[in-house]
Amino acid sequence: MNVATAKTAPVAAPHPGDGSVLKEKIAIRNLNFYYGETKALKGVSLPLYANKATAFIGPSGCGKSTLLRVLNRMYDLYPGQRAEGQVLFEGKDILEPGLDLNLLRARIGMVFQKPTPFPMSIYENIAFGIRLYEKLPKSELDGRVEQALQRGALWSEVKDKLSANGLSLSGGQQQRLCIARTVAVRPEVILFDEPCSALDPISTAKIEELIDELKTDYTIVIVTHNMQQAARVSDRTAFMYLGELIEFDETNKIFTSPNDRRTQDYITGRFG
Amino acid sequence: MVDVAWQETGVDVQDVAERARVLNRLRIGDIVFHRITKTAALLVLMVLGGVIVSLFLGALPALQEFGFGFLTTQSWNPVTDKFGALAPIYGTIVTSLIAMLIAVPFGLMIAMFLTELCPMWLRRPIGIAIELLAGIPSIIYGIWGLFVFAPFLQQYVQPPIIAAFENIPVLSTLFAGPPFGIGILTASLILAIMVLPFITSISRDVFDAVPPVLKEAAYGLGWTQWEVWRYVVLPFTRIGVIGGVMLGLGRALGETMAVTFVIGNAHKISTSLLAPGTTISASIANEFTEAVGDLYTSSLIALGLILFIITFIVLAIARYLLLRINRRIG
Repeated sequence: MNVATAKTAPVAAPHPGDGSVLKEKIAIRNLNFYYGETKALKGVSLPLYANKATAFIGPSGCGKSTLLRVLNRMYDLYPGQRAEGQVLFEGKDILEPGLDLNLLRARIGMVFQKPTPFPMSIYENIAFGIRLYEKLPKSELDGRVEQALQRGALWSEVKDKLSANGLSLSGGQQQRLCIARTVAVRPEVILFDEPCSALDPISTAKIEELIDELKTDYTIVIVTHNMQQAARVSDRTAFMYLGELIEFDETNKIFTSPNDRRTQDYITGRFG
Repeated sequence: MVDVAWQETGVDVQDVAERARVLNRLRIGDIVFHRITKTAALLVLMVLGGVIVSLFLGALPALQEFGFGFLTTQSWNPVTDKFGALAPIYGTIVTSLIAMLIAVPFGLMIAMFLTELCPMWLRRPIGIAIELLAGIPSIIYGIWGLFVFAPFLQQYVQPPIIAAFENIPVLSTLFAGPPFGIGILTASLILAIMVLPFITSISRDVFDAVPPVLKEAAYGLGWTQWEVWRYVVLPFTRIGVIGGVMLGLGRALGETMAVTFVIGNAHKISTSLLAPGTTISASIANEFTEAVGDLYTSSLIALGLILFIITFIVLAIARYLLLRINRRIG
């Protein structure tokens, strides 16, 4: 990639100044979402770039978590919820019926608001997901578990007690275990649904740092209530309000000179 | 300063004394309440103790006469006053185990279907049907078993089974003819139907209690429904499920009426599951009215004592298992 060209590229190029070409990992096209009769997302269109962190912000009920849950079809678990439109993941529409949901969810991992370690040992929490997809000899599996735990910035804290129950860890450690568990399956995209809202400031800082590191290998999407967090960890920010995408731009731009009045009101704390 | 404050709020020494009196009165209520609840709780222990003692006293003559041999002999002969409990013990344990072998997988499958897979509109009808199944009096199972189920088995199920297993070593003994219709297997099947609702409804309740976020987390890693159920739902609810299974087993061990109808009431141990047998409760129910001699009556009470002990051991094992599992989880 020629840096000079990127810099002199016209404004029409997606996002000048990044120093690299942006690849659309996921393209959301005119997405509508319904909880029964209620329309929760109204014509949302949005690109999610590879190896970037995109934050969804907005007041409660604006549809940001809903949008996230469309991306790995989590809503499929609940009858009465449906999506219309297109969500192209590497060019293929994931809303199509008959899609292999297990494969999709292995490729698009998710970390939840509350830490959710499974009722098994720390080692098993990680190894289990790996074993479902790959048959590995014990030594290699051990390596993968260690690698995942290191990726989750948890290895040094748990390496001596891998057989302890996952539930015995602290809240922040549990959340990092969940991140490690997600990473272990080798996804391409990781969705974070308010990953720090149940954690103390120190754990939050650790996880934000971790998200920043994960960007080099994964496409990150994060829903957060905390605007400082969005500003700290994301490259792109989407502001949503009442089920609509109001504004989507570089994070810097959103937080310094938003185009829309409502975005400005929200980030300055006038509502929400 | 303090005094001023007290006077300002209008609380003087008299008021304090009055308050203490009121509190005292309430405290008496508390003490009475404590005593009443404690008595109620202790009453249960006393009843339990009373049952054990009277069973033991009633069984004493038979136990003195036959000693340990009561547990190990098969003969049950009122004419010669020779009694041994082995056949009913065997029948009780075997019918209950077979019933659990059938009912546990079915119950878990039904519960899983109801909580995870079943479309909303079908949940209620199936759920209600299960509850109703639990509400049917056992005598009705007995009548149905004797007049409908047993003849059906005798005519359409047992002959092909006997024929099919004729030349297979172990199975040919287990399913040796002739097809009576009634017998150990029939009793086990009826028991399975009877305990199914217990296992199902308890499992369903505990499956429903699994936090959705835990399931979502597992689905979020790309797990299949089976994997989520097997490795998240089941471990999470293990204790509740074992509780349901134990409740079912307790019911199966003690079930009297339905079993008495269909087991055939033969005081002997057969290698064939199709042969008639008896259980402890069926023997007692059948023979209490005709038990003339003291030794006969005492032997029947001794059977009751044994059933009591078996049930107790089952519960103890269940507790021990739960304890061990809990310790492993940490």
